[in-house]
Amino acid sequence: MSTLNIINKSPFEKRTLDQCLKRIGAGDSVLLIEDASISAVSGTAFTEQLTAAAAQSKLYVLQPDLQARGFNDASLLDSIESVDYEGFVNLVVTHERVHSWL
Amino acid sequence: MKLAVLVNEGPYQHQASDSAYQFVTAALRTGHEVMRVFFYHDGVNNGTRLTTPPQDDRHIQKRWSALAQEHNVDLVLCVAACQRRGLVDEGEAKRNSKDATNIAPGFRISGLGQLIEAGVEADRLVTFGD
Repeated sequence: MSTLNIINKSPFEKRTLDQCLKRIGAGDSVLLIEDASISAVSGTAFTEQLTAAAAQSKLYVLQPDLQARGFNDASLLDSIESVDYEGFVNLVVTHERVHSWL
Repeated sequence: MKLAVLVNEGPYQHQASDSAYQFVTAALRTGHEVMRVFFYHDGVNNGTRLTTPPQDDRHIQKRWSALAQEHNVDLVLCVAACQRRGLVDEGEAKRNSKDATNIAPGFRISGLGQLIEAGVEADRLVTFGD
């Protein structure tokens, strides 16, 4: 009974990433898209929280959105997997529920 | 798998409409069915045929219309959101005494029941918004 949580806000502007990470259950996944994709870059104020969350949840970032913001996979946190749009579709299909944290 | 998509933001204003389009095309490419895209709130602005973006920019409305034509994706605009924002088809023009229509090919105007139905009938409903 796993849920895919989609975050689209920069954590430097809005608190949806923090609120999501505090509430999801073990085995749920988080996909970072749009402005949220920059949270996947290593060495930010959110690195520690994301690394801790990765112990019980799978974390993904939408690579085209990260690239559009000037970062490549080399800047990624080790605990975050990069996916393309087809990978996004696959995550939607393989989780029982999808929740966009708008 | 049968998928449905909800778009809550207008074109050229927020990434939601672009993200939704990329998601839908990827879903079709990988063999899934997209039974409906429901446009709500400012999202209905995706469905006006009167936009003319610069030639080197993507044409968001035409992109959606092409999806409807080539892949039979049902593009539905929320009627109340359309009335507020001036999105008009033949029926709405008659009902509200308007002198023109602006709905783009492949789109239709209907009610929120279509969103509920998409939520019930599709295996997954994915929301794109602000």
